Order: sequence, then C-alpha cells, then structure tokens
Amino acid sequence: MELNKLKAHELHRKLQAKEISAVEIAEAVFSRISAVEDKVRSYITLTREEAMEQARRTDEKIGRGETIAPLAGIPGAIKDNICTKGIKTTCGSKILNNFIPPYSATVVDKLSAQDTVIVGKTNMDEFGMGSSTENSAYFNSRNPWDTDAVPGGSSGGSAAAVAAAEAIWAIGSDTGGSVRLPAAYCGVVGLKPTYGRVSRYGLVAYGSSLDQIGPITRDVTDSALVLGAISGYDPADSTSANAAVPDYTKALVPDIRGMKVGLPKEYFVAGMDPEVGKAVYRAIEQLKAMGADYKEVSMPHTSYALAAYYVVATAEVSSNLARYDGVGFGHRGEGNDIISMCKRTRTEGFGEEVRRRIMLGTYALSSGYYDAYYLKALKVRTLIKQDFDKAFEQVDILVTPIAPSPAFKIGENVDDPLAMYLQDVCTVPINLAGVPAISLPCGFKGNLPIGLQIIGKPLAEETILRAAFAFEQSNDYYQRLAPLGGA
Amino acid sequence: MKITREDVENVALLSRLELNEADVAKFTGQLNAILDYVDMLNMVDTSGVEPTAHVLPLKNVMRADEAKTSLPRELALSNAPQQEDGYFKVPKIMEG
Repeated sequence: MELNKLKAHELHRKLQAKEISAVEIAEAVFSRISAVEDKVRSYITLTREEAMEQARRTDEKIGRGETIAPLAGIPGAIKDNICTKGIKTTCGSKILNNFIPPYSATVVDKLSAQDTVIVGKTNMDEFGMGSSTENSAYFNSRNPWDTDAVPGGSSGGSAAAVAAAEAIWAIGSDTGGSVRLPAAYCGVVGLKPTYGRVSRYGLVAYGSSLDQIGPITRDVTDSALVLGAISGYDPADSTSANAAVPDYTKALVPDIRGMKVGLPKEYFVAGMDPEVGKAVYRAIEQLKAMGADYKEVSMPHTSYALAAYYVVATAEVSSNLARYDGVGFGHRGEGNDIISMCKRTRTEGFGEEVRRRIMLGTYALSSGYYDAYYLKALKVRTLIKQDFDKAFEQVDILVTPIAPSPAFKIGENVDDPLAMYLQDVCTVPINLAGVPAISLPCGFKGNLPIGLQIIGKPLAEETILRAAFAFEQSNDYYQRLAPLGGA
Repeated sequence: MKITREDVENVALLSRLELNEADVAKFTGQLNAILDYVDMLNMVDTSGVEPTAHVLPLKNVMRADEAKTSLPRELALSNAPQQEDGYFKVPKIMEG
C-alpha cells in the first residue's frame, strides 16, 4: 500500500486504529518526492527534518492513547506566499529570496495546532500573479497528468504536489482563481472560501480585497476537513468574518434532492473548448438525475468582470507591493541615495509580470485616470456583485466551468499577457463578489482533467461542499491518480 | 494609443522601477493592449451606482485599547539588508 496515495480521512482512520504510523506516512511522501520531484517541481523548499520530527511527536501522542485531530500526522504543503516562522518564504520572487518570516500565518498556526506535518513550501507565480507558475522567479512546475503542460496558477506547486501524491493536502491562495484553476488543471479539489472566512494574517498581500486562502485536496471530504481546520475569526485580520465555524464534514451528504441549481449562460464564453462545455452539461444532467432543480439564470455583467478585476487587482498590487523598498527585509540593490537604491532593488527583484501589474495599477490610480479606470471598475464590481445577489434569490448554487480549456502547454501563452489573463475569465467574478466556490473534476479531454465550478452564497460553504460531495460520489474521477511515475 | 512612451516612463518612476529602451517599447505595447481591453467598462452604464471597494460591510474595526507585546526588536531586524545599533540602515535621504 502506498500511503502517500491515500486521502487524509483514510489515513486518519488508519492512524487512529494504529495500523500505520505518522512516520510511515511522512516517509512514503518523502520517498515519492525523491522519485518524481525532478519531473513535477512542486516545491521551492522542503522541510524534511521538521516534518519527520512532527510525525514522531504525533506518533508519541497516539502511543499515549491521546485523541488526535483529523489532520494530525497528515503531511501537507504550504504555498510559498504564506509565512512560516523560521522557514524561507519567497512568494516565488527574487525580491524575497532570503526572507525568513519572524512569525507564522494564522492558518499555519491553526494547522500546527492540529499536529499536521508540513512537507514544504510550494512553487507559485511570483506574488500570485499568473495562471501557470511560468511567472515564478525560480522554475516552472509541471502538470502531473502531462508534464509538457502547465499545472495552472498561481498555486500551481500546491495543486501539482497533491495531484502527484507528493503531499496529501495543500494550502493555496486565490485572488482571481489561483486555488481553483490549478486544482482544475491538475484534477484535484480546490476551494476558495467566502472572503473573510479564513484569516489572511501572514498571507503576503496581493489584492487585499480579493485574496483568500483555501485548501487543495484529493477529494471533497478532505476539502471539508482542511477548511474546518483553517477557518475562523482572527483578531489579527480585521476583515475576518466573526461567524461560527460549522463542522463541514456534516455537510458531506450525497443527497441534493430539491437543491436549486442555476446555470449562468454567460460563463460559456466564445472560444471555449467544446469538450469543456460538454463535460459541464454532463455534470448538470447528473445533478438533475440526483434530484436537483435546475434553471438557467442570467448574470449580465459577467463579461465585464475580467476587465474590472485587472483594474482593481493591479491597483491593490501597486499599493501593496510598495513595501518592497529594500529597507526592512528582502533583496536590496546598490544605490547612493534612497531613491536609486529603491529603484535598483525593485528592478532587480521583480519579474516582468509583477512590474507590468504594478505599472498598470499605478497608472489606473494616477491623477487624471483614477475616475476613468479605478472608480469605474469599482462601480462595475457593484453590478457584478448584484448579479450574484439576484441569482441567489432564485437558486442555491451556481454551476459553471472553471476555465475555457484544460491545461495549456508550457510556453503557449507567455508572450501574450492578455491571452493568459483570459484563463481567469470564469473565476475572477467570484473574487469580485467575495462568494465561496469549489472546483472539482467533471471529466477529461484526452488525459487532461476538466474542472467544474460550484458557487455558493456568502458563508454557504456547507451547501457547495454538499453539492460537490454528491457529484463526486456519482463518478470515479476523484479516484484517478495522475499517470506520473506509473501510478 | 491610450498610453504613450512618456506615460510609461512616468509610471515607472512613480512605481520606482527602472526601464531600458526595450522595456519601454514592450510595456507601452502591452499596456495599450490591456487598456484597450479594459475599455469595455465604458460600455456599462454606472450612473447612480455606488463603488464597491470591499465586499464586507465593515467599518473601523477596533480592538480594546490594551497594551500588548510586539515583535521583539531583534526579530523585527532579522531580515534587514543592513542594520546598525538596532536600527534599519539606509543610504542617505537628504542632501548635505
């Protein structure tokens, strides 16, 4: 039995029954990493020693007969824009290539409190800006289903690690689709919680009004487990929601009779791969067959979401990334005075996409253009949010594709930023509205997975988990493992 | 052209970025393409629509005014590119 290929909830049962040890699980994960990491390249940093030490501590707890948390002893990976005390956190950027955070993000503290084993820090597009990991300053990660294809981004290392069985679960962050898109491309489950559900304290900021941390797992049950572990109010994040955290595993009931499912036709964009459309319609038929009520809904401002997103997100980028000035932390360039030092630092430290977004955002906020771009985008954001409010007066969940196509080939979109941005067309409206959404596999094109998106009302994670669980259990996609390494 | 070479150079200065000639040409082209795309926002009638900067109805979140411990100085300085006598050290800021 290859322990690294099991799900967290399966491993938890075996740990509790003392059939296996946490050390054995961790060893299985690290031997898998040794075998496939040169093909997948999920990790920027591996923390083997700390992981083995934590696994031993968990085994001692079990040996003493103590009750263990659902994720205790289960190895997972953390995206490299989430601060880990004493462990390098680069954000996939050269500007932070020597940054050792003096504190941990709240999600990391919460996961540590469950005695989880942290395997390492995963590769990502620099500061989360990208859809493929090709914007990482270090290297590209690869899709475990086809190593010539991208894993998606920006949490591409996290999704690839889970799909390649190099981690049981992973944490990503999602500003415009960065958890859901790579999860879809890699055939795993990605959840972006409601804005405020999970504390952002210790998540390196990209677009603060859009950013949200979420789990990437191999099935919906594990998604519920990890979401439960990381959710909750945090006084250190003034935007965190002061709402009780339910036991999300109670939502895992394969019964959706009477659930109202809406299909917003605007998400089926021109140029969408017909195989993607077919897979999503097959999923709708399946939900109907299980007793869901189905209706088409209209969300008329959907086609403006990507344009509004790129103005709002880049405006927040230009402000958030002003902190990389070579003074307090990170890379410092040479310069005789503070301005030239700062310019050299940023020019040497930031990659091209980051520089492009900083400039776009600075332009959109600059005198004379603020009303035309930034304020206009914020007003369109209101209309997009109202589209969701109106749709949710009629239905419980919305079902859409995650992206217009399955994973594209490495290098295919690198010279055309706009073509790359279009991968996010189905995911960005969700961040603008702040609602929760889950991505899970609903088919394949050849050997590449296709992702289904299920969107819910604010703080209705239980509803989308229930729908996702019911759909997942009706097919075998979640049992398939990427072919990499002869799995 | 929405954004000229001069605009790009000015935005780069505001952003504290250095661009060479080739960068200016490339970014001018790419930013124009993106702004042309963004122009579709002008097709939306937003008269009377309030802007949404944030989806949560939050205002001025306060905590109790109690003294708490802060990050120790040594840790706060642990990532400083240069430091001296417990301070961050930077190149000169003022002339003279």
